[in-house]
Amino acid sequence: MNASNPALTASREGTPLLSAVNLSYAIKGAQLLKDVSLTIQPGENLGVVGPNGSGKSTLLKLLAGLKTPTQGDVFMQGKRLSSLRRRDIAQCLAVVEQQAQTSDNLTLQQAVELGRTPWLSALAPWSDVDRHIVEQAMADVNLQHLKQRAWHSLSGGERQRAHIARALAQRPHILLLDEPTNHLDIQQQLSILRRVHQLPVTTVIALHDLNQALACDRLAVLDAGELVALGSPFEVLTPERLHTTFGVAGHWLTDPLDGAKLLRLRPVQDGAA
Amino acid sequence: MNLMSMGRLLGHSLWVSAVLCLAIMAGVAIGETSISLPVIAQVLANKLWAAGYRVDLIDEGIVWNYRLTRAIVAAACGAGLAISGVVLQSLLRNPLADPYLLGISAGASTGAVLVTIIGVGAGAISLSTGAFAGAMAAFALVALLARASRGQTAAGQIILAGIAGSQLFNALTSFLITRSANAEQARGILFWLLGNLSGVRWSSVSLAVPVVLFGLVVCLWHRRSLDAFTFGADSAASLGIPVRRVQASLIATTALITAVMVSIVGSIGFVGLVVPHAVRMVTGVRHGRLLPLSALSGALFMIAADALSRTVIKGQVLPIGVITALVGAPVFALILIRGNRL
Repeated sequence: MNASNPALTASREGTPLLSAVNLSYAIKGAQLLKDVSLTIQPGENLGVVGPNGSGKSTLLKLLAGLKTPTQGDVFMQGKRLSSLRRRDIAQCLAVVEQQAQTSDNLTLQQAVELGRTPWLSALAPWSDVDRHIVEQAMADVNLQHLKQRAWHSLSGGERQRAHIARALAQRPHILLLDEPTNHLDIQQQLSILRRVHQLPVTTVIALHDLNQALACDRLAVLDAGELVALGSPFEVLTPERLHTTFGVAGHWLTDPLDGAKLLRLRPVQDGAA
Repeated sequence: MNLMSMGRLLGHSLWVSAVLCLAIMAGVAIGETSISLPVIAQVLANKLWAAGYRVDLIDEGIVWNYRLTRAIVAAACGAGLAISGVVLQSLLRNPLADPYLLGISAGASTGAVLVTIIGVGAGAISLSTGAFAGAMAAFALVALLARASRGQTAAGQIILAGIAGSQLFNALTSFLITRSANAEQARGILFWLLGNLSGVRWSSVSLAVPVVLFGLVVCLWHRRSLDAFTFGADSAASLGIPVRRVQASLIATTALITAVMVSIVGSIGFVGLVVPHAVRMVTGVRHGRLLPLSALSGALFMIAADALSRTVIKGQVLPIGVITALVGAPVFALILIRGNRL
């Protein structure tokens, strides 16, 4: 199901790539995240799901070191994230934000080239290696043919793929994606998710659509800032969980075409009848 | 840094310097009495390596003590304001950011008024020193205010703090002028505020040029960090940029450049706003090219504006800020319409 599953089983025993220990985050008295602990294994594809305001984005920002937790710590390959330089973090971990926009007039390729920033210094010139990596990153999301296009002439889906290419150009071990399919049409959504699952890196992805989240190796379910379930999609998305956390009635169906499991979701009133 | 890029850098620096030297020569030649290029060359030869040409002493005085210093300071000032504008627009992600956004020109005018009208320092402090102190005080206040207001984004905070700081210091300046100045003093201050290069001597050159060179090197050193702000501060952070530190050091650098320029020549508008946008349309958004070319364009623009300010009305020098605004505002409008996006 997932191309990177062998890597997952192979390095189960090793140091976790990224782990959160008792993470809490509060701003102006509002507790956005409460005591979340989880460990991300090399090669796995972890989905983060939960209703609006459950803390998905906050968790991703804390994992990326973009926000400082009010309590607890994030460890990257065994080292405390707050003790690492931003540059060292960026060489290991890349982030695709929900909707990162710019009014600058740059080309798609220039946007992807930004991904090399953590590997370049003030005196190091742009090299053939960098050029090659950028080409590869654009190829990975199938955008080479648009590389000279102006950023503002790209569609929402193309921009999001360009952001993923930019993140890949960082050559990260871990990729964090915050609802990368938001505001995209269904074709773009499926195409982006398929690409993300095919990437040869560990990914943590926040998602809204629970059926789309089924493709992840594991799911972390957040509810009002708390981690209420963590495990394989079929373990955690039980009818009880769907009812208490998401407020919907749901049950599993089997697609007669290929035997795939999928969720049928309905409003609670109808389901209770 | 490898040999090839060293060579390229050297080549670029050479032609930029050549263009700049030519422009300065032109700036020296133009004036109420125009001076021919051979005479200028002879004066420079005499002064720089004692060539011993026989030159009219008045011409020599005009070239060496008056117009050359003026042209060099104009160039430094234009370059400094332009790179400050580039850096602030990139860091704050706001196309309307200009060097005076940080309250610097307002603070400088308060400082200048305190020295010239109220008589703070009892004559021991020059107008420039007072203006510099005022500029730094205003910037410190704006920075503190931005720090204290823990809003959503650092960029939004500093813009709002800058507006508050500017309003405060402008009000203070008006208050002081209304309370204590006579008509003559008020006119003098107004003239200085709109930009005045007539008091410029070699001491100003030896201050302005090193400051602008220092600023250019610091900003060029951070060129990749500035590029990384394309998609905002969070994106820059995830690309490995220590956002707070880079913002603090670059904003402080632009504040220093602007404060020095304002203290020497007064506040000259539109250069820091228009030049970066115009250059960006030609060179694109990469700071490795944008910064040096903005510096060059700013310098050329100011030399031309200064030459114009000395010749447009016979027997009178127009404040240079009037020229930069008269040219800059329509150009800005044109960029707005044609560029469609800033």
